[in-house]
Amino acid sequence: MLLHTENIIRRAGFVLMTVVAALALSTVARAQLNIDIVTGTIKPLPIAVPDFLAQSPQAQKVAVDIATVIANDLERSGLFAPIDKRAFLSQPAALAVRPNFVNWKPLNAQALIVGEVKLAADGQLTTDFRLWDVFAEQPMTGLSLSTSPSNWRRVAHIVADAIYERMTGERGYFDTRIVYISETGPAERRIKRLSIMDQDGANHRFLSNGDALVLTPRFSPTQQEITYLAYFNDQPRVYLFNIDTGEQEVLGDFPGMTFAPRFSPDGNKVIMSLAENGNSDIHSMDLRTRQVKRLTTHPAIDTSPSYSPDGRQVVFESDRGGSQQLYVMNADGGNQHRISFKSGGRYGTPVWSPRGDLIAFTKIQSGLFHIGVMKPDGSGERLLAKGFLVESPTWAPNGRVLMFYKQNRSDAQGRGRNSRLYSIDLTGHNEREIITPVEASDPAWSPASSR
Amino acid sequence: MRINLPVVVASAFLLAACTSASDDAADSSSGGDSAAPAQSSSTKVAATPTGAKPGSQLDLEINVGDRVFFAYDKSTLSSNGRTTVERWAAWLKTYPANKLKIEGHADERGTREYNLALGERRANASREYLVSLGVAPNRVKTISYGKERPAIPGSNENAYTQNRRGVAVIDAN
Repeated sequence: MLLHTENIIRRAGFVLMTVVAALALSTVARAQLNIDIVTGTIKPLPIAVPDFLAQSPQAQKVAVDIATVIANDLERSGLFAPIDKRAFLSQPAALAVRPNFVNWKPLNAQALIVGEVKLAADGQLTTDFRLWDVFAEQPMTGLSLSTSPSNWRRVAHIVADAIYERMTGERGYFDTRIVYISETGPAERRIKRLSIMDQDGANHRFLSNGDALVLTPRFSPTQQEITYLAYFNDQPRVYLFNIDTGEQEVLGDFPGMTFAPRFSPDGNKVIMSLAENGNSDIHSMDLRTRQVKRLTTHPAIDTSPSYSPDGRQVVFESDRGGSQQLYVMNADGGNQHRISFKSGGRYGTPVWSPRGDLIAFTKIQSGLFHIGVMKPDGSGERLLAKGFLVESPTWAPNGRVLMFYKQNRSDAQGRGRNSRLYSIDLTGHNEREIITPVEASDPAWSPASSR
Repeated sequence: MRINLPVVVASAFLLAACTSASDDAADSSSGGDSAAPAQSSSTKVAATPTGAKPGSQLDLEINVGDRVFFAYDKSTLSSNGRTTVERWAAWLKTYPANKLKIEGHADERGTREYNLALGERRANASREYLVSLGVAPNRVKTISYGKERPAIPGSNENAYTQNRRGVAVIDAN
């Protein structure tokens, strides 16, 4: 097998080499094994993910664990159907050996992952894998990663991302994290804690102790930082929180409540609402100069601003027309115009997709809440999820998957609300719960490779 | 002194008063008005000023009425609400050292950030009326809790009616 290194990517603590088959002539001739994720009706692609081969006894456990995390990532995407390992007719012999495709075709495995892990004398964990097209009998992609063994879950996510990317043509989103709010206690005295976890729920960590009410965390696109709303000293204000150090600072010195913060796409600004004399208007703050610019002046409620990925426009919600609706304006506050017009609905919490093509929102209609998307001009509205209360959409960095929270109707004693996080494909299929230790709300997806 | 208490609230209030006398304002009392049609039939209930120290939070809750209610997605004071705020103004005149913080709250049937803005509006509606009645602006602060601190649990109209509220609490600062 001829393989060559295409490029070397560096992430914090990682060395990655993309390995691509040097088979340019033969790849032209055959039909590509691809997943079309745009059209919606998807039959998950059968894929075989055998345990990785351990090059030493000490690597045995991590070799199995990595394959398990990869298979789980791929399965939860809804695009892949990992084949039950008990059905396998054989195990891969070695990374460098061409797989015996005859043993994988009867399982209808369209793709096969062969990987191996080594624990080097210097303690580094090296992981290699190849993705094979079983029926074309061709290598599709490969990767070699070296890092600290403690990063083994990230290794698995990066491999899963590479497979997703090769099969769909879209960027993967498995090596990402979620910041959200953990909830415990009765509704009247709810205890809320800033929390963070990997996108699959692993490596969960509480970032605050619950003494102060905290809401609506959002990731910085560029730094290990979160902006969120906290009620320290009974004053609701927007804060910056450093994930690595735990340090935080209040943003600005405003006489009234600041809330609904989000970063600009370049990470240099935070846009938020400021309430003065009962009126909420949108302001942006430059994080370097601390200069504040007021963007709306309407006496109505203007809140939940979100930048377009090019930073030139802002979508927000306002009740200036009589009910809560979506508006778009230029980043300097100019050209404010309404984009949601369907009758009978209230629209809130708009979030611009990282691809720029869609805006996700919460819609309240006929007594139910919905998560939906529309184009930035307001056309093409599609509702993806609904429930008694679904709210707070957040985009995976590839703009293909949304996460939100869902809360049930509670009885007169407040029982049964069970607030939980869910993800759903942009097609409206594959709604999945993200398991959290306690109840959860206000999820926000990290950017791609956020550490 | 009398308070104008909706029927459905009366029992909740008495229960709360019996079982949780030491709770904070948000949990212990439901005086005041209602803007909701469901609660339009109301009865006069004579409050028993049991041990409420004059000028205290308990005095405000029991003898004055510490809260006003709002219609769905609205922040205008009803006539009952204005009457309650007028009593706050008189009470503040009686106790010139007291300051108020007015909490604005919303029911759970709105989005989180919108409800924060709505709660701010509701708190401010009460504050503005107090100031128009001659209360010095620096004696009244506002804070919005949006839908984060309902007075009553549950996803039902009775709870929503009581959770769309402005609550006056003595500001210790």
